[in-house]
Amino acid sequence: MTWIFENWDKFLEASGVHLRLAVIPVLLGLVVAIPLGWLANRSRSASAVLMPLSNVLYTVPSLAMIVIMPVLLGSKILDEINIIVALTIYTVALLIRNIADGLHSVPGHVVAAANAMGFRPLRRFLTVELPLAVPVTIAGLRVAMVSNISMVSIGALIGLGGYGQLFIQGFQSNEDIIWAGLIGTLVLAFIGDVLLQLAGRVLTPWVRAGR
Amino acid sequence: MGWLFDPAHWSGSTGIPVRIVEHFTYTWLTLLIAAVIAVPLGAFVGHTGRGGFLIVGLTNGLRALPTLAVLIIVVLWAGIGDVPVYTALVLLAVPPIMAGTYAGIRAVEPSIVDAARGVGMHEGGVLLQVELPNALPLVFGGFRGAALQVVSTATIAAYVGAGGLGRFVFDGLAFQEYDQMLGGAVLVAVLAVLVDLVFVGLQKLTVSPGVVGAGSGGNR
Amino acid sequence: MIEFRAVTKRFEDGTIAVDELDLTVEAGTITVFVGPSGCGKTTSLRMVNRMIDPTSGTILVDGKDVLSVDPPTLRRGIGYVIQQAGLFPHRTVLDNVATVPLLSGWDRRRARTRAAELLETVGLPAEFGKRYPAQLSGGQQQRVGVARALAADPPVLLMDEPFSAVDPIVREGLQDELLRLQAEIGKTIVFVTHDIDEALKLGDKVAVMRTGGHLAQYAKPAELLSAPANDFVANFVGKDRGYRTLTFLSADVPVHEIDAVKVGDTVTSNSWKLVVDDTRRPLGWLSPVDGSVEVTADRLIAGGSLYDGGTLRSALDAALSSPSALGVTVDAEGAVVGVVHADDVLKALAAARAAGEVPS
Repeated sequence: MTWIFENWDKFLEASGVHLRLAVIPVLLGLVVAIPLGWLANRSRSASAVLMPLSNVLYTVPSLAMIVIMPVLLGSKILDEINIIVALTIYTVALLIRNIADGLHSVPGHVVAAANAMGFRPLRRFLTVELPLAVPVTIAGLRVAMVSNISMVSIGALIGLGGYGQLFIQGFQSNEDIIWAGLIGTLVLAFIGDVLLQLAGRVLTPWVRAGR
Repeated sequence: MGWLFDPAHWSGSTGIPVRIVEHFTYTWLTLLIAAVIAVPLGAFVGHTGRGGFLIVGLTNGLRALPTLAVLIIVVLWAGIGDVPVYTALVLLAVPPIMAGTYAGIRAVEPSIVDAARGVGMHEGGVLLQVELPNALPLVFGGFRGAALQVVSTATIAAYVGAGGLGRFVFDGLAFQEYDQMLGGAVLVAVLAVLVDLVFVGLQKLTVSPGVVGAGSGGNR
Repeated sequence: MIEFRAVTKRFEDGTIAVDELDLTVEAGTITVFVGPSGCGKTTSLRMVNRMIDPTSGTILVDGKDVLSVDPPTLRRGIGYVIQQAGLFPHRTVLDNVATVPLLSGWDRRRARTRAAELLETVGLPAEFGKRYPAQLSGGQQQRVGVARALAADPPVLLMDEPFSAVDPIVREGLQDELLRLQAEIGKTIVFVTHDIDEALKLGDKVAVMRTGGHLAQYAKPAELLSAPANDFVANFVGKDRGYRTLTFLSADVPVHEIDAVKVGDTVTSNSWKLVVDDTRRPLGWLSPVDGSVEVTADRLIAGGSLYDGGTLRSALDAALSSPSALGVTVDAEGAVVGVVHADDVLKALAAARAAGEVPS
């Protein structure tokens, strides 16, 4: 365990890169998935395309996804954009289903009541349906966050940064470094998960009030 | 894509067909070993209801565990070779299958289980004839998740000396041949999708049409 | 016959579900356990087939202590029907019904033949056998549940709130069906419900239970209504129990003649006239008129309920619901026989009371 304390700056740098590569895709994925989830919930034909597509995308192994990215994006193999887009795709694939399910679970009488009070569709979506879909969406975000944090290390295999570099260095020289990376990953995952849970609570005070 | 369609790469002891077979063997053998361990455990815990939190915690914790680190640690301990690779793969495949089996059995309506006992089934009969057949969609969900995990991790295993399609990715990386990396990656993606389809097909064949609900895949 | 002897069930958390229950269910009858939730009625039922074992006391089925038989063997000899039917979703309706015969070692063909017969017995078309439970309505699923319980022809049938998850109209149909079936098969049935009306309708005897697992009263329905043992039972059977007592008294009410007229007739009378069709089935009433008037369809006033010679309750209801205060009596073909008067019903009630038919 001595490695962490002797190389604190290296550990912090790896943590920063790891965090950036994991969290940006979660945020991007959420932004993309909300309209797509809305579409999938609203239109049967959109759902018939989006659901199988996200299943297939979710099936592609992460290393393969990262390696294929440069062809699709025209980027260099060492560019961080590859892993960011790859992880964004997984996040979107996961969240579409969650958001569509969440929207679907909003009771019909609630939507009807909002209509009866004169909400226009966009405002109704943003202020009534979307908030009610928050719990299911948060559940999806938690899975996406934790698996992204664990998957970022794969990028190290083709030369990207983050804790994965520590695994590789550890494999080649000193096992201690692997444990440093592993602990870093688990701590980040734990913190990310707790923050999302807290966000969920803050955003949905009515969930606890009902218990 | 020229690399992929070059006939020279489709023959020889390190050709594409050999690597596909290697990769596929990793996958099915791992799933078989994992099933033998995970299904009885998950079924037992699901049936008795004891220790469920352990399974749920284990699967959630595993999601956070980087597969690369697991592979490297197992190889550092057990050395290079097939045994460490299979050990790591089985380690990663057991939790999703166990969790799927457990969740599937817990999700069976209590009234159905009550009726099964009420008509005079023994506990074994309740589990095998009623709980498991109704749990199948979620059991398959677990298997699909595990299969993705194994196909994905077997690719990475090439980094620590294993065979399979991952070889093309890492050899391509070492020789700076992006064509070969890409070809390997595409083959892995296609294999993963095909394996998933096999499970979808198996599920259609084995799950009774009276049972509603189907599980979807887990994480890679 | 099922005997409960000083049966007590105390759960691990200390709650007493059933407290010293002593009760005998006569062979070939329907006994209903009724009471509010937490009164131990379901626990009592589930102790009969050992889904729950008693803390103390003895339960005998046909003289044999149930604790002396291993549970699966015991249960194969006792039919069991539960609220959500509990059908196996992965098996066809036919295979669901064949479950117990197969468990008992019958060969598949014989078990399926028996299952097909039973579907007919419970009033389901044979082609339903190929369906899966999810393709049936709630009421149909319950019928399959009953068929499954009857498959091995067990002498005893346990029914745990079997009809409470279906809508009221279907429930009434299932209740009638059960009474019809019971007249045919004569099983010893224990039936649990929280619905007092269901209990009074189905039970040869009714055990009213109260929270804490106490037996409040065990009696025939008429007796529960006319002579409740205490305030709890009186409250539980409801406010209109005096009226409902009439359900259990067969009517000995004089039937009076009535002038029946037909559409097209010309009538001169200042009293109510009953209008009938060519087969003397009632069509409606004509209100008293001044002078003479022709009977036309648009002058008809809809009649009340019909009295077909059953209980005092239906006689009184026919009189009360009729616009003329005369209860129309019909024969088996639905043709008008005459009318009954409400005050005759009350006189019949007084006579029954004097004869001791109504405990007071």
